[in-house]
Amino acid sequence: MNRQAQAAVLFLLGAALLHAGATDLYLRYVKTGLRPLLLASGAVLIATAVATAWYERRRDRRSGSHEHPGPRVSWLLLLPLLALILSAPPALGSYSALRTGTALQKPYAYGPLPAGDPVPLSVVEYASRAAYDHGRSLHGRPVRVTGFLALDRSGAPYLVRMALNCCAADAQPVKVALTGDLPPVLRPDAWLEVTGTYTPRLTRDPVNDGPIPYLKVTSTRPVQAPRDPYDETWNN
Amino acid sequence: MAITDDAPPGAGPRRTGPSPDHPGRRLNSPLVLTLALLLAVLAQSPIRGLLGTPAMQSWMTVFVAVTVQALPFLVLGVLLSAAIAVFVPASFFARALPRRPALAVPVAGLAGAVLPGCECASVPVAGALVRRGVTPAAALAFLLSAPAVNPVVLTATAVAFPGQPEMVLARFLASLLVACAMGWLWQRLGRADWLRPPAHGTHEGATKGEAFWGAVRHDVMHAGGFLVLGATAAATLKAAVPADWLRTAAGSPLVAVLALAALAVLLSLCSEADAFVAASLTAFSPTAKLVFLVVGPMIDLKLFAMQAGTFGRAFALRFAPATFALAVTGAVLTGTVLL
Repeated sequence: MNRQAQAAVLFLLGAALLHAGATDLYLRYVKTGLRPLLLASGAVLIATAVATAWYERRRDRRSGSHEHPGPRVSWLLLLPLLALILSAPPALGSYSALRTGTALQKPYAYGPLPAGDPVPLSVVEYASRAAYDHGRSLHGRPVRVTGFLALDRSGAPYLVRMALNCCAADAQPVKVALTGDLPPVLRPDAWLEVTGTYTPRLTRDPVNDGPIPYLKVTSTRPVQAPRDPYDETWNN
Repeated sequence: MAITDDAPPGAGPRRTGPSPDHPGRRLNSPLVLTLALLLAVLAQSPIRGLLGTPAMQSWMTVFVAVTVQALPFLVLGVLLSAAIAVFVPASFFARALPRRPALAVPVAGLAGAVLPGCECASVPVAGALVRRGVTPAAALAFLLSAPAVNPVVLTATAVAFPGQPEMVLARFLASLLVACAMGWLWQRLGRADWLRPPAHGTHEGATKGEAFWGAVRHDVMHAGGFLVLGATAAATLKAAVPADWLRTAAGSPLVAVLALAALAVLLSLCSEADAFVAASLTAFSPTAKLVFLVVGPMIDLKLFAMQAGTFGRAFALRFAPATFALAVTGAVLTGTVLL
């Protein structure tokens, strides 16, 4: 790859990072906090491309010849570029959720329930109150949780939210098993807003033996995927 | 799935075809690049069909995520390393570091605490230090300690292990210990010809500006390529390794330690995030988790590819297994004493 081609790749890479950072695309891959860094590094890459092209022109004028075979491994940079531009792979969904064990952990304290009837809770909040507090802190109130659907091999439905710390490579699912009044047709990866009540039933994740509490569903509503598909709150 | 159907951003400037001065030249890289991008755009629907299965999609997501997450830190490290290479005179390091290499190693290891970032930033910086005449033993101690002992990573560890400050202390001490041990080991056994100094001259270019941007361009293209290689391997292994083997491994202490050490290498997590993953491996002993936290920032697939690119394959093939063995030993020792 000579310097002109390197400048082109640097420019495209910087533009792809800026594009991902300026839209919500980056939220499929990394945490929200990385956005300023993404935009800054995109700008630096573009500046490098411009500087390369600029100095290359001056060098051309000075000497005329420019044989600089760059490192061959650089061609690999085209792979993430094409993946981002052409296919923009979706956020991790039910496939990864079923392959990974639930990451539910015992919390240190249970905050007061938010106001509202039914109580709006995240998947993680409901799961930890149900699994580790036997639902005591729920006071028998109906809850409303949002997540995407995953169906295991036997067809049993789970409501899942992937929790993320840095990037999608470390994303881990937190799962709630659904029982009760469910719609007849369930599509994996569809986002659902589920209203229901606590039930003491508990099962174990076949992957890592982690606890998966049940939620007794009274009504469901299909919803749009949230802006940030990952839950970034649970341990920050 | 949402698809960005618009044309590649900035499609214009890449069309720098073969220059008119050389009409009969063979295929040159701008032409190949243009052809590759055009072909990819033309063939996008069959490509999408191939990549449509859930397994391929999650592979791609992890691959893109690892790359996108690491690129800003790589750029940060490259900027720093270019600044060191161009603007900091070599005499500065001669004065800042103790003359005796045996003393310079721990000083450089502690200096790793000031580089706030993850491991992708430390590889180019360590490369620049070697080029600037810093003794390799000290630069390698810096390379190994910087991703694990800086405040950002230690804070993340404290957040991931609330109520267990001894985990933060153990991580700090074990990482520093292993980094210094590797530095001293290199000083005793290392041979200069294993280290291939980076091929490009640092001072090509008439002005400092040209040298600086030249170094940034070269390092991004070079280390970036190896980063992609490492991300490919990490995504593949994450997709291929069945998750339930971890559960069986947690049973015996020895297997647990080795399993988490291997997992740290295979997953190639960013050192700012690995503490949260370690904390979620509840079935494992604290010592096994510490091994995961010490091994990961020092050696993983992504780092191995980048080290091989920066320092040469002969170096990486010797350095990586030694680092792995010492990191596991050091973490187990520290864990036995502290945890």
